[in-house]
Formats: sequence, C-alpha cells, structure tokens
Amino acid sequence: MKVRLLFFAVLRDVTGKRDDLLDLPDGTSADDVWRRLCDQHAALRGYSRPPMTAINESYADPEQVLRDGDELAFIPPVAGG
Amino acid sequence: MSYLTDSPIDSAALVRSVVRPGDGAYVLFEGVVRNHNEGKQVESIDYEAYLPMAEKEMALVIDDVRRAYPDVAVAVLHRLGHLVVGDASIAIVCASPHRAEAFEACRMTIDRIKQTVPIWKKERGPDGEEWVGWQCTHG
Repeated sequence: MKVRLLFFAVLRDVTGKRDDLLDLPDGTSADDVWRRLCDQHAALRGYSRPPMTAINESYADPEQVLRDGDELAFIPPVAGG
Repeated sequence: MSYLTDSPIDSAALVRSVVRPGDGAYVLFEGVVRNHNEGKQVESIDYEAYLPMAEKEMALVIDDVRRAYPDVAVAVLHRLGHLVVGDASIAIVCASPHRAEAFEACRMTIDRIKQTVPIWKKERGPDGEEWVGWQCTHG
C-alpha cells in the first residue's frame, strides 16, 4: 500500500524533505513508520515516539494500522499562539 | 472562514467582524513576538502550519469554546510566515453580553490553541535558530 508521509518543522529540517511516498506492507502502523524514521535519522533517536500523530489531517492513535492512500504526519511539539 | 493568514493582523477588523449589538464587552487578546525566550535573544520568528489540519483543529477549538460559553462570539486569526519583535502572531476576540464570560472564553481559546493546533515556530536570534518545543521534549 502507498502512504504519503508529510514532514513539518523540525522533522522537515532533519529529513531534508517535505514529504515522501512510502510503499508499506499491509498491517503497518503509524508507530512502525516512526520507528523506521528513527532508524534512518540519528537526530530522532531518544524520542521513542512522536508526541502526536495525525492520519488524514486528524489526530490519531499511533498504533492505528494505516490504509492505502492515507496521509500520515508526525506532529512535533506545537507552538502556536 | 480561514483562521490563518500570511498578512499582518487587523485586530480592529476582527473585532468588527464579531461584536454584536447585544454585546456589552469584548476581550481582544494579541500574542506578540517578544525579544527573548528562555534566556536567549530573539530577533524574529518564522511560523508554519499543517494548513488544512490547522484550520480544522482551530475550528474544533472554537466549537468547544462556543459549547462552554454559548453566549460568547469568538473570532481567531493566526499569522504565519516571518514575524519580527512586536508583530502580532495571533488575535482572538471574544464578545459577550457580560465581561466575565468574555475573559474566560478568551483564556480557554488561547490555551487550547497552544495545545492542539499544528503550528510551529522557529526562533531566530544572534545565537542561531531553534524550533520551539523540540529541545525540551527531545531525549
């Protein structure tokens, strides 16, 4: 299945990308994708899971299994206002 | 209705958009860029958002505030992009027949926005640049 992963703020700086199209096996959760990202980027280690996860523009449980066509984003600590 | 803008915020226009003839008070809150944070000098801040989601989350906050304070009319505008010291990054207007609810609703609105709306800021100053909130939770 294909999942679009978006990078914002510090995660865009760390990965050097705005987004990525991932080809994932069925049953992959958002948290699996986060762990894969941590393996690829040393700067993310020590951060066992993101503070918040968004699937299709809504906050979601990181354990949620992804579906084909989902848009996934990890939300670094928000700092609006 | 958009809650996010790339332009300077016109708070007077925001007030006009929300105050009704039956209101006896409105509270206008503006968050402004300050010249220091956690012991460091700040010259400017770049704000960015996960745009469609930030609009949705802003609407959810405002729905909750309206449920908690049914008599209060709420308007919010958050600015994105490059802001310098003294610039307003957000304006919130809460109008109400009576002042107590307007103060409380305004406080709830800004507190909730800071918790949930996917907006980030990168502070820049003589010591370099830093995404706010990242360092303190990382590691």
